[in-house]
Amino acid sequence: MAIKIKYFASLRDRLGRAEDQLDATVGLTVAGVWMTLWPDQPLPPNTLAAVNMDYAEWTQTVQDGDEVAFFPPVTGG
Amino acid sequence: MLIEVRDTPLDPWVELARYQHTLSALPGQYGATAIFIGTMRDFNDGATVQGMTLEHYPGMTERHLQRIVESATQEWRLLDALVIHRVGVLQPNDPIVLVAVWSAQRVAAFAACRWIVEELKAKAPFWKREETGVGTRWVTHNTPG
Repeated sequence: MAIKIKYFASLRDRLGRAEDQLDATVGLTVAGVWMTLWPDQPLPPNTLAAVNMDYAEWTQTVQDGDEVAFFPPVTGG
Repeated sequence: MLIEVRDTPLDPWVELARYQHTLSALPGQYGATAIFIGTMRDFNDGATVQGMTLEHYPGMTERHLQRIVESATQEWRLLDALVIHRVGVLQPNDPIVLVAVWSAQRVAAFAACRWIVEELKAKAPFWKREETGVGTRWVTHNTPG
């Protein structure tokens, strides 16, 4: 079971896809997930991250089976 | 308590009346009902807006709305609460969100209703994309309350 990655809104449009998959390595962090998948794409400022649908810090470690999401600031209401 | 995210039209007045009828255990207990209805404008950030698409993160959105309402219920001892938020395609003047809270007294009702709205805008993963006369654009920030 791999890590499932989701992108939303303007970030998804910019990247050109809504989902990715990645096998976890020991100690892989949220920031590491991004850098592994998008080594040439600097993270847009203000991007937020979630792990398993909870807001996450960039230093949080992830493991196989987790769902990691990246998205811009939220604008509901 | 009812939390709902829907992609079909929302008539907040119908929803309020319907929900109020379900509060059969509460009559006599609540002295205050505070409601907030957010409606789509036809202008934003200096442009005329003709339409809007609201995207969300299914699952995470509902979870955060639930947490926000539960926190408010504890903090202000609410008797009940209702939150319905639209996603999908909206036109100007369409209601976007309904927040209603019931409490014993008005101070709690006003405070909790406002707090839920502000928390929702800050934490619930929704994103607005506007259609203006010159194309579409993602809304990048909330307007100050």
